[in-house]
Amino acid sequence: MKPILSNSPALSEAREKLKGLRGPKYWRSLEELADTARFREMLEREFPAGWWGGGEGLGRRDFLRVMGASLALAGLTSSCTKQPLQAIVPYIDQPAELVPGRPLYFATAMPFHGFGHGIVVTSWEGHPTKIEGNDSHPISLGGSNIFMQAALLDLYDPDRAQAVMHGDDASTWQNFLGALHGVMERQKGRRGAGLRILTETAASPALSAQMEELLAQYPEARWHVFDAVSRQNCHEGARLAFGKTVEAQYSFDKARVIVALDSDFLFAHPAALRHARQFADGRRVSAGSDAMNRLYVVEPTPTITGSAADHRWPMRSGRIGAFAAALAARLGAAGAPDDTEHASWLSAAAADLQANRGASIVIAGDSQPPAVHAWTHAMNEALGNFGKTVRFSEPKIPNTGSLSELAADLAAGKVEALFILGGNPVFSAPSDLEFAQRVAQAGFSAHLSADANETAASCQWHVPESHFLESWSDVRAIDGTISIVQPLVNPLYNTVSAHELLAAMLGSAETAGYDIIRKHWTGAENDWRQSVHDGVAAKTQSPFVEVKAARIAFNNSTQPAEAAGLELVFKPDPTLWDGRFANNGWLQELAKPMTKVTWENPALISPALAARNQLSNGDIVELKARGRTLGIPIWITPGQADDCVTLHFGNGRERVGGVGQGVGTNVFALRESANFHFEGGAELRKTGGSKMIASTQLFHNVQSAERQVLREGILAEYRKDPDFVQKSVEQPPEDETLYNAGEFAYAGPRWGMSIDLTTCIGCNACILACQSENNIPVVGREQVSKGRSMQWIRVDDYFRGNADAPAITHMPVPCMQCENAPCELVCPVGATLHDHEGLNLQVYNRCVGTRFCSNNCPYKVRRFNFLFFAKADYHTPSLKAMLNPEVTVRWRGVMEKCTYCIQRISAARIAAQEEDRPIPDGGVTPACAQACPARAIVFGDLSDPQSRASKLRRHSLRYSMLGELNTKPRTTYLAKLTNPNPALSEGAHA
Amino acid sequence: MAQIFRRSSNTIARLLVVCGVLGPFGLAWATYVVYWSPWTTRVGSEISQPVPFSHKHHVQDDGIDCRYCHTSVEKSGFAGIPSTEICMTCHSQLWTQAPLLAPVRDSLASRRRLRWNRVHDLPDFVFFDHSIHIAKGIGCSSCHGRVDEMALTSKQAPLYMKWCLDCHSDPAKFIRPREDIFNMAWQPPSSQSSDGPKLLSQYHVNPTTLQDCSTCHR
Repeated sequence: MKPILSNSPALSEAREKLKGLRGPKYWRSLEELADTARFREMLEREFPAGWWGGGEGLGRRDFLRVMGASLALAGLTSSCTKQPLQAIVPYIDQPAELVPGRPLYFATAMPFHGFGHGIVVTSWEGHPTKIEGNDSHPISLGGSNIFMQAALLDLYDPDRAQAVMHGDDASTWQNFLGALHGVMERQKGRRGAGLRILTETAASPALSAQMEELLAQYPEARWHVFDAVSRQNCHEGARLAFGKTVEAQYSFDKARVIVALDSDFLFAHPAALRHARQFADGRRVSAGSDAMNRLYVVEPTPTITGSAADHRWPMRSGRIGAFAAALAARLGAAGAPDDTEHASWLSAAAADLQANRGASIVIAGDSQPPAVHAWTHAMNEALGNFGKTVRFSEPKIPNTGSLSELAADLAAGKVEALFILGGNPVFSAPSDLEFAQRVAQAGFSAHLSADANETAASCQWHVPESHFLESWSDVRAIDGTISIVQPLVNPLYNTVSAHELLAAMLGSAETAGYDIIRKHWTGAENDWRQSVHDGVAAKTQSPFVEVKAARIAFNNSTQPAEAAGLELVFKPDPTLWDGRFANNGWLQELAKPMTKVTWENPALISPALAARNQLSNGDIVELKARGRTLGIPIWITPGQADDCVTLHFGNGRERVGGVGQGVGTNVFALRESANFHFEGGAELRKTGGSKMIASTQLFHNVQSAERQVLREGILAEYRKDPDFVQKSVEQPPEDETLYNAGEFAYAGPRWGMSIDLTTCIGCNACILACQSENNIPVVGREQVSKGRSMQWIRVDDYFRGNADAPAITHMPVPCMQCENAPCELVCPVGATLHDHEGLNLQVYNRCVGTRFCSNNCPYKVRRFNFLFFAKADYHTPSLKAMLNPEVTVRWRGVMEKCTYCIQRISAARIAAQEEDRPIPDGGVTPACAQACPARAIVFGDLSDPQSRASKLRRHSLRYSMLGELNTKPRTTYLAKLTNPNPALSEGAHA
Repeated sequence: MAQIFRRSSNTIARLLVVCGVLGPFGLAWATYVVYWSPWTTRVGSEISQPVPFSHKHHVQDDGIDCRYCHTSVEKSGFAGIPSTEICMTCHSQLWTQAPLLAPVRDSLASRRRLRWNRVHDLPDFVFFDHSIHIAKGIGCSSCHGRVDEMALTSKQAPLYMKWCLDCHSDPAKFIRPREDIFNMAWQPPSSQSSDGPKLLSQYHVNPTTLQDCSTCHR
């Protein structure tokens, strides 16, 4: 089928356009910047020509064929059908705490990135349907990220491994235990000399304790740890600076100036959720103050942290070390040569940091070598930040070996029994280790994981692992806080947890997950129960330690010379992480920030590199590094450092379920131990091939040259004139309406939403929260490429300025719930109309699918169910249990859209009316607002002048998107403020 | 040359014209009749159940309150179907050997849930909530009829949207004092035309919002 989107951003045209440009101009894609004919068409139409898949035009025969089929289907579905009889199946003995028809909420925690993230899970009569952040957890603080939201789908994934496998034969846990017993007996005689256990970073203290017990029983056994997304540089940097491993705990809320060196601390960090909240609090002008922190970011590829920056400077990863050292030198924290190339940036940042001593943070990313981390520590100390914005705790890091040591032992034939608990090292190990072959050299090998992955295929045994929502465990957050992981549901299949497998290896008396964890936490029953109930164990936070940083000299051993030539940068996929979520349809279909690419992991290159090699989006290039080659499509990314290719690993899995099969490219093929994070000297060659990439960048465009939807300003301007936004927007008078006055009277609450563009970091958690809450189906790559993605809330990314280093703004767009809704006027069957609380309703059972409403929606927020997209959810038994019973599962041919989570409003309204009280402010929180880690989305009753939403609606930064159309949206925005350094010209930003 | 049409063709042609005019009306009428007939709505038809449970016996003879079995009716959208244990609270003592109750005993013994057949089944795009109706003065019998007189349970109202709207457009006709919610014999008194509006304001029922689509659909 012919793809809708041709891959042809006319870069030269874009450059021409930019030359003659004055004042801010925003663009979402290079096509828009170039204002190509293609883009004009996408802007003016709901769907581009050919959307229905039959080519450019619709011929008479095609028309008759489609109409005939439609009529036949209409006849079939509406003819004499009688409602089928359904069963009603009560409990045998109903749990005391359960009220049928009402959900229960359980606190637990999700292990991710080596640490715990506190969550609260909604459970309907025993099946979990929604994951939210836990307010009492010090890291999640009630917010969540895309991985926490999507973990639910992993639980119900029908492709999960369901039985123990011995080679290609289905086996049983009992058979495995038999084999295990023999192996462990043999090892006992040899003091475990041939025993190796490979895990990911152990987030669970109980698991560490079990491992210690195992190593005590088998003293010569070895425990190895490998993570594809490694924090080793961070730890080594601490050892370099302090002589011991300490974990930095940042307080971004207290920082006035932040310098991030290739650090995506708002997303790819174990404390990212807390950072996001603190960072947002430090710049929440809408909260009444007019102070904002200032963020400088130096990074190779645009991340959401970079997009939140006031000054973002694209720089090759290998160049950042010298920049960091020069900054340290300027702050008197290291002896290093100055970086003359970036002198203006350095002096501005250094002066700003000096002016905010004790209230600043310098932070380095995990990709950067240990020395860079050591310099950041030295800088923070020199700036007097220790004890104020940066404090340290001592993590309990067990003594473990590395993956390369394990590979060497395997190659030497020293390993008789290999247990790989979790992870997928055969897929994600550096390719020079040839880990698949190495595993085959073990005498006995067993892998524990949730899906039958590449590692499972290489091992003799595969034991299916329980999901964290099915098993007892415990997990430590990065600040040390312990959470007990409690199961929401019994294991759906015959699975075991890592604890249970280790208990079997140990021959422990306790074999059930609960007993293992309960035994480890020897506390009073009341304390235990309280910990399980709260989701956090009281007073388990690690104490802070005093440290003193050593001065690290700048020399060749700390900073390898920057290799010339093209640089390859390896980063975890922004939606799939290290590949563990590759079979998760929500995450595959989630448009990646900045590129808006779905179902693919193209190599990101800069517009200049693309121009030099005459490449356009989707062109397949051959990358060569260290003698290895890889063919991969490219994506031109504004803001990407030049001469630098970002490869997102995690996609291109070979042994994966039906969702991830054949999606993306496995870039681990190019990753070796030596270029684990980045390395120069790669080569890029155009192959002439190209691949259609489903990006949503061009879809749902609402702005044009005449209609700017983004309002932006700088803090200094706002201080001078707080009303600058109001002066720049055209606001039709309130009474200008076609309706007669009082024709429609509002009653009860007037729901409204405020979205703060200053604090929104563009993490996309709202999109998946909505998808999970509202039973939104996944449509697949081909349908996405036709503009049919179903997500009710989208995040538009706007670029401003130069395509090489643009400023980036994220704009979440749910339904605006217009009071003068253009969609309502054109519906021929009254399927979309107002209720008295001002919600713009969509009544699915009335909708006949004319799509008039969607054509008339200036915000392009309506989604049409072209096919029966929910088919998989509807017919797969495991997925059925995941659906939110409070929300209708929509059928083919029905329009749908954001409802402000009307099911939550209804529940709150019913509860309030039964108690004869009003709904308090904050009594209803839609899924998007609840998920938002930055609390950028505020929802509430606009008829209550004291509600937070009302106050924000009166804020001088508030504006309506396309307010000049007089649609009177209930969803309004707070204009984006940035806080650039006056010492740097605006040109330095762009 | 022979005639192509016989004389009877005239009659057939006239009949066809009449059918052509009346046919659509007839079809519409027939559809309406079928649509509202008990065959489609299942009004009054007793649906077979694993145990021929008699509400009449349990309510009238034994005097058991609705809420003894339908435990969540005041707290939740779903009224609740008694768990096997609730049945067995009495039936572990009474009629312990009755063959009719074998499925209940088997359920408890084999830990296999009973599968009752739904009598009142709303479409999946309708979100009905029992608790709010009870809190606002709509009693059981208003929708379910005289369940206390049913030996075998059947539905008494079609549960069509039109039927729901009869009350949602004018709840004053049906609202009753809260103390009569579970009174199966309650009938609107002659003073309902004045009592109804009083109860509406007393219970803070705002009829203007009751017909919003979002009241039941989402």
